[in-house]
Amino acid sequence: MNALLEMHEIKKTFPVRKGIFQRIVGQVAAVNGVSLSIERGRTLGLVGESGCGKSTLAKMLVGLYPPSDGEILFEGKVLAGPDTGAEFDATRKIQIVFQDPYSSLDPRLPVGDSIAEGLVIHGIGDNKSRRKKVGEILELVGLPPQAGDRYPHEFSGGQRQRIGIARALIMDPEFVVCDEPTSALDVSVQAQILNLLKKLQAELNLTMMFISHNLAVVKHVADDVMVMYLGRVAEVAPVDDLFANPRHPYTKALLSATPIADPERRGERIKLTGELPSPINPPPGCPFHPRCPLANDRCKSEVPALLPAGPATVACHAVEEGRDAA
Amino acid sequence: MSTLGRASASVSEVIAEEGLLGDPVPLWKRAWGRLLRKRSGQVGLIMITTLILIAIFAPLIAPYGPEDVLIGVEDVSRREAPCVHILGCDSSRPQHLMGVDGNFRDAFSRVVYGTRVSLMIGLTTVTAALFFGVLLGSIAGYFGGLLDNLIMRVMDVILGFPSLLLAIAIVAVLGPGIQNALLAISIVTLPAYARVTRASVLSVKELDFVAATRVLGGSKWRILFRRILPNALTPIVVLATLGIATAILDAAGLSFLGLGAQPPTPEWGTMLGSERNQIFSAPHLVFFPGIAIMITVLGFNLLGDGLRDALDPRLNS
Repeated sequence: MNALLEMHEIKKTFPVRKGIFQRIVGQVAAVNGVSLSIERGRTLGLVGESGCGKSTLAKMLVGLYPPSDGEILFEGKVLAGPDTGAEFDATRKIQIVFQDPYSSLDPRLPVGDSIAEGLVIHGIGDNKSRRKKVGEILELVGLPPQAGDRYPHEFSGGQRQRIGIARALIMDPEFVVCDEPTSALDVSVQAQILNLLKKLQAELNLTMMFISHNLAVVKHVADDVMVMYLGRVAEVAPVDDLFANPRHPYTKALLSATPIADPERRGERIKLTGELPSPINPPPGCPFHPRCPLANDRCKSEVPALLPAGPATVACHAVEEGRDAA
Repeated sequence: MSTLGRASASVSEVIAEEGLLGDPVPLWKRAWGRLLRKRSGQVGLIMITTLILIAIFAPLIAPYGPEDVLIGVEDVSRREAPCVHILGCDSSRPQHLMGVDGNFRDAFSRVVYGTRVSLMIGLTTVTAALFFGVLLGSIAGYFGGLLDNLIMRVMDVILGFPSLLLAIAIVAVLGPGIQNALLAISIVTLPAYARVTRASVLSVKELDFVAATRVLGGSKWRILFRRILPNALTPIVVLATLGIATAILDAAGLSFLGLGAQPPTPEWGTMLGSERNQIFSAPHLVFFPGIAIMITVLGFNLLGDGLRDALDPRLNS
C-alpha cells in the first residue's frame, strides 16, 4: 500500500473551563479516535454535519492543533503525536485552502505578498524569483499575473478563493486540505472553483482531503468518502459505492436528505429525530444510537468498530449483524 | 513547476467576467480619502496642521521671546490689557495682542511658544503610553493564560484610581517637574491602550489569514507583529488621537496645580495657574491660554472622530 497520509486513532479534546479560576470541568471530544489512510493522488471527501469534527481534523493535519492522542504519519514519518506537540517539519508539503475567502487574506497586504509569504518564511528564492513564481501561480489558478499587486478588497469571493488556492500551491505541496472551500461562494462560482481544484489535482498530482457538508460537491471531486458523526468515523467507502449503496444508517439518512430533482424518486426520505448529542457528554455505545432507527441494546453499550463490509468499512453493529437489510 | 504553463486557465475570461481595471488601491489610501470627505476630519486636520505650523514657526510668529521681561525695555505696566493697533489702541503704545502678564512678559508670545510645549507633551506621553500599552496588550491578547491575567490585573489596578489623582500621587512621589508629569500621565493612560490592543488582538488572531501564516510555519513574532498587530491597529490609532487631547488636558491640569511645567516655562496650564487670582482684574491672562487649550483639545478630538469614521472596517467592503 502506498499511503501518503495515515492517521492512527487520532483524538482531539478541548477542555471546558468554568468559573473565575478557569477550572477544567469537562472535555469536549471533537475528534474521538479517527483512523484513516489516503493514497497518493487520491481525494478523500469528508462529510458530516456541523460539529462532527471535520474542521478539527483538518486543523490537526496542517498543524494548527496538536492531536491529544494518536499519531499522524506522512510519507511514513511521524508528523504529529502527543509528544511532538505542535512541532511541524512538513509545513511545506501539507497546505490548506480555507473556507472563508474573506478572512483568509490579510486585508493590508497585496495578495502577491500573501501568496509569497510561505516562500519568504521558508527562505525559498529571492525577491525576483518569488515575484516570478507568484505570477506563474496566479496564471495557474486563472488570474492575471499582475493581480499580485492588488489588495484583497479589490477581488470578488471567487477570485479570493483562487488566491487562497494559489497560496497553498506555491509551496509545491503534495497534500492539500480543502476545508469547505466552496461553502462561502455563490453557486455559479462554486462550480468554477471545484473544476479548478479537480484540474489542478490532475495536473500537479496532488493528494487531497476535501471537507464539505454538501454531498453533491463531494460526489463531484472525491474518490473516497468518509462520513463522520460526533467525532467518529461512521463509514468509509469509494464514492460511487457510497452514493449507490450506503450502509451505515447515518449515511442513509444523510443521503436521503439530499434533494433529488426527480419527482418519481422522492418520498423515501429518512427523517432523523432528536438533536446531535453534545460532544461534552457523548452517549455511551454507538454515538448515533439515540437517533438510529436500528438501535438495540448492544448499540447502547458497545462502541462499534470499523469493520469491512464489501468495498466499504462501516462502524455499525446493525450492519455487522445483518439487521440493516430493510 | 513545468506544468504551470499548460495549466494556465483562461485568464482573459476571468478579467472580462469579474473586471480588474485601474490601479491597485491600498487600504490606507481609501481611509485617507474618507477622512478628507468627513467634515470633522477636515476641520480637525486643519486645526492640528495650523497648530503644528505655529509650533514650528513660533520664533517667527511671536514678537518677543517667551521669557523676555519687558520692564525697562518698553513702557509697559503690569498685567496691562491687550493693545492691538488696528482695533484702535493708541499707536504710540507698544502692541501686545494678548496683553502683558504679571511678570511683564508678552502673553501672546508665551501662548505661541506654549503650543510647542503642549504638542510635545501630547506626542511624547501618547507615544510612550502607546508603545508600552500596545506591547503589553498584544502580549496579553496573543499569549493569553497566566501572562494575560497578570498583565491585565495590573492594568485594572491602575484603572482603579481616578487618573488625575493617580498622576498627582506619582508626581508627588517623584517631585514636580515636566518630565515627571509626562511620566505620570503616560502611566495613567497606559491601561486604556493595553485594553484596547488586547481586545483587538483577540478578535484578529482568530481570523483565517493568521492561521494561514501559522500553517506556513511563520514564527510567533512574525504572526503577532506582521499579521495580527497591523490589522488590530485601527481602534488604537483612533484612541491615540483622542488620547493626545486628554494628555494635553491632564498636563495642563498638573501644571495648573504647580506639579507639571515650572515657571517660567510657557506652558498654558502653568500660565493659568499663576494668574488665576487675577481672573477678575486681568481676565485676558487666563482667557487666552484657556482658549488655546480648548482649541488644541477640540482639534485632536475632531480628528479622532474623523479617523474613527474613516477607519471603520464596516466601510471597507
